[in-house]
Amino acid sequence: MRLTAFTKPAICLALAALTLSQAHAHRAWILPSSTVLSGDAPYVTFDAAISNTLFHPDHVAMGIDGVEILSPLGNPVKPEHAAKGKYRSTFDIQLAEQGTYKIAYAAGGLRAFWEDDDGNRKMWPGRGQTAKDSEFDTAVPKDAKNLRVSRSYRRIETFVTLGAPTDKVFTPTNQGLELIPQTHPNDLYATETARFRLLFNGEPANGAEVEVIPGGMRYRDSQQAIKVKASEQGYISITWPVAGQYFLEAGYQDDKAKAPATQRRGSYSATFEVLPL
Amino acid sequence: MQLNHFICTCSIALLLLSPATRADNLKLEIEIPRLEVAEYHKPYVAVWLEDESRKARQIALWYDLNMRDNEGQQWLKDLRQWWRRGGRQLQLPYDGVTSATRGPGQHSITIPLNHGELVDLSSGAYRLRIEASREVGGRELIELPLNLPLSENRFPLSARGESELGRIVLTLNATH
Repeated sequence: MRLTAFTKPAICLALAALTLSQAHAHRAWILPSSTVLSGDAPYVTFDAAISNTLFHPDHVAMGIDGVEILSPLGNPVKPEHAAKGKYRSTFDIQLAEQGTYKIAYAAGGLRAFWEDDDGNRKMWPGRGQTAKDSEFDTAVPKDAKNLRVSRSYRRIETFVTLGAPTDKVFTPTNQGLELIPQTHPNDLYATETARFRLLFNGEPANGAEVEVIPGGMRYRDSQQAIKVKASEQGYISITWPVAGQYFLEAGYQDDKAKAPATQRRGSYSATFEVLPL
Repeated sequence: MQLNHFICTCSIALLLLSPATRADNLKLEIEIPRLEVAEYHKPYVAVWLEDESRKARQIALWYDLNMRDNEGQQWLKDLRQWWRRGGRQLQLPYDGVTSATRGPGQHSITIPLNHGELVDLSSGAYRLRIEASREVGGRELIELPLNLPLSENRFPLSARGESELGRIVLTLNATH
């Protein structure tokens, strides 16, 4: 999707906040106005922001240049009325097909951290920058102290459904950390248990760490995070305590990377809506 | 053909009703309460029968079916449990099930036992569920547990709503 209204610095700022190293410092989320819809071709409007206080946009708008929307039949959907404010981006989509839509941002590439001769910490790509893997050789000194090279992936998603839920958009891309629903993400109800499977590059994300946090954080004193760990086969179960909007964040890493990386890392986050029974 | 149909009907009647039962339909009375509110819209109401595996048989749906461009369908999802228990799979309007919304007062639905949605049910535990949702109002879900085959001495069944629904009564009826 192309949003010419977005200035370059703004995109860089957003991408900086999207980088993996800051995954725990900033939460990036895409929040739909509704997730369960009926009728003829209704609209859903979305907020996209980076903020730790879920889901209150109070830090920086999320760049939505890389956001891709997939229809139930697998067609790309064009966002409408896209705009970027100080703290949030917004866009609308019209649900012309019956079934489940996926709204996703995905990125990945090589990343490196090291220390220079004076002991200063360095990273590539630099803060607020993106780079191609082909630039690695010239940008990163191979003999640097404490050099760590990882292949990192990031994915941010949400789902909305018109009519009966469908499964086509859940076909994994086998790139990075992905969530494959066993319980449909637009069929979640308070007190019920949802089951999902996490895959990393198409393989079970054994031991991936998952945190689920309810929205409305401004109105309570604690995070109220639900923490679970993926099973050997990548499965997780979450019992939703109450109805509301939730943020799920998962992280996986191992040392099975291909050179020059020594580590593979993947992060996944998604926004879900849980309805009252 | 005729004979087959005859045999079929007989065996189903046997399943739905215990041998001593003569009734051939259920009568469901639904009260929609009169509410003192500034802005009143008639509620959307759905009635369905659900088995223990949550498979639903649709019985009634009252919604705004005469709005331009099917606009009335956009609120069907607010009948939240009905929506997930088959509502979202239905092609509307659905013959014999859908009708217009109804205002405050007593309403009654006749549920035939020997034809329509309920004929081929196996014996076991079921719940008759009644859900109401009102624009600028609330939502309420009531259920009446019942067992098949039906046994006459367990009727009438009744329940009372607290907000969107009033008294609900289910009786066994013989039409002849």
